[in-house]
Amino acid sequence: MAERVRVIIDGEPLAVPAFTTVAAAIAMRGVGGTRRSVTSEPRAALCGMGVCHECRVTVDGRAHVLGCQTLCRDGLSIETMR
Amino acid sequence: MNVEHVDIAVVGAGPAGLKAAQIAARAGARVALIDDNPRPGGQIWRQGPTLAPSAQLHQWLDETRAHANLIVMNGTKVAAAPEHNRLLLERDGAPLTLAYSKLILATGARERLLPFDGWTLPGVTGAGGLQALVKGGMPVRGERIVVAGSGPLLLAAADTARRHGAHVVAVVEQASLARVGRFVASLSLTTGKLAQAVRLGIACYRTGSVVVRAHGNARVEAVTIRARGREATLEADRVACGYGLVPNVTLALALGCSIDERDGAIHVDDSQRTSQEHVFAAGECTGIGGMELASVEGAIAAHAALGTAADARLVRERDRWRAFAWRVAHAFELGPDARALPSPDTVLCRCEDVSIADVAAHANWRDAKLQTRCGMGPCQGRICGEAAAIYFGWPRTAARPPFTPVRIDTLIAARESTETPVS
Repeated sequence: MAERVRVIIDGEPLAVPAFTTVAAAIAMRGVGGTRRSVTSEPRAALCGMGVCHECRVTVDGRAHVLGCQTLCRDGLSIETMR
Repeated sequence: MNVEHVDIAVVGAGPAGLKAAQIAARAGARVALIDDNPRPGGQIWRQGPTLAPSAQLHQWLDETRAHANLIVMNGTKVAAAPEHNRLLLERDGAPLTLAYSKLILATGARERLLPFDGWTLPGVTGAGGLQALVKGGMPVRGERIVVAGSGPLLLAAADTARRHGAHVVAVVEQASLARVGRFVASLSLTTGKLAQAVRLGIACYRTGSVVVRAHGNARVEAVTIRARGREATLEADRVACGYGLVPNVTLALALGCSIDERDGAIHVDDSQRTSQEHVFAAGECTGIGGMELASVEGAIAAHAALGTAADARLVRERDRWRAFAWRVAHAFELGPDARALPSPDTVLCRCEDVSIADVAAHANWRDAKLQTRCGMGPCQGRICGEAAAIYFGWPRTAARPPFTPVRIDTLIAARESTETPVS
């Protein structure tokens, strides 16, 4: 069993394997999404490699962090813009 | 602000950048390897929770651990190239200036993501995008997935999804059966892995087909595919669609390196020199060709930057892989169905939610940007600009600094550093 770390997504704790990306952790809750677009459409990670910015979320209070280029670590607080 | 001085700066830690940094570090040069991902490996050797480093990456990590003259900067963005031989970086939210004597660009490629009706629904990703997300730990077990677009990457993405428990409903390839067939028949033993992937994927492989619509309420529930004018709809939880790769040349353009108009790649000579003195380039950013080509180009670029002679064997190897790359590009060249304009109300620019019709109403990219804000969101047109180039034939334009969103502190620090004379 891989080592697990605990993150908090929109206030709810989630245990994920170490080295899981924030984008992947968010997807563990379902295909749901990461943000709302400028016309309020739900959006989720698209390119998976730091180009499209669709997976941007707030991490530990810092806005516009790319979920696909950020690794989960213990205590990380993730806020989606759903 | 901190200024780090190095002999050779390498941007991008995929196969090309890793090889270049390794050779330069072995030669004793002070080297910085910069990459915006949290761990080295690039897309092809991406590490993840369930993935040990590939053999090549493992060997690299083992060897370079001992090199105190190699600084590996993961999670580091290049924000700007503010003056000669300097890069403004942002690492962990903090600014850093890197001064270099020689620069090797190994910035890789991104996927060509072309819009279709419904492509903004959660559950739509790139094909390589799906692979990257799955490697990063995104669960797909039990999901029905349609992989679509074009190129050998589709089969690799389908294989990754399948190995992680997904049911791959279809692999939808825009190229015709005749073209793909000729390509597969031409594969030699050296490319046996690819041939194997084609054979494994063949059961649900549909050539001459494109995705035209993703359906669903707040997420993908079904996908419509068109082949020779006929449409079919498949139930699916995800669609992973990518039409080949596009070289990442933002930094090269900012440095004034000349770009090949046809494929959008950085123009290099036989020693991987760009048109700018002291700037070299290697790998996918100089033309799409796969990891073997990227690696050998990285080696040649490192020798050129060091001023040492590259082995003739490396040059022969490069030429062989370039010939193979040309065959791939020819086989999977985008046909009329892939290049067809989606319905007018399809979103083209996802950052600013601008439709195809709104953009098409303008004469050129600049007018479209000024009037509609397309291409002016955080991705700076890296996605929609490429789509506009395909649909409208508009020339691809350079992104402006900062090349990616960075903190205000970083920009203030950059200004301070240019105002302070450096002794």
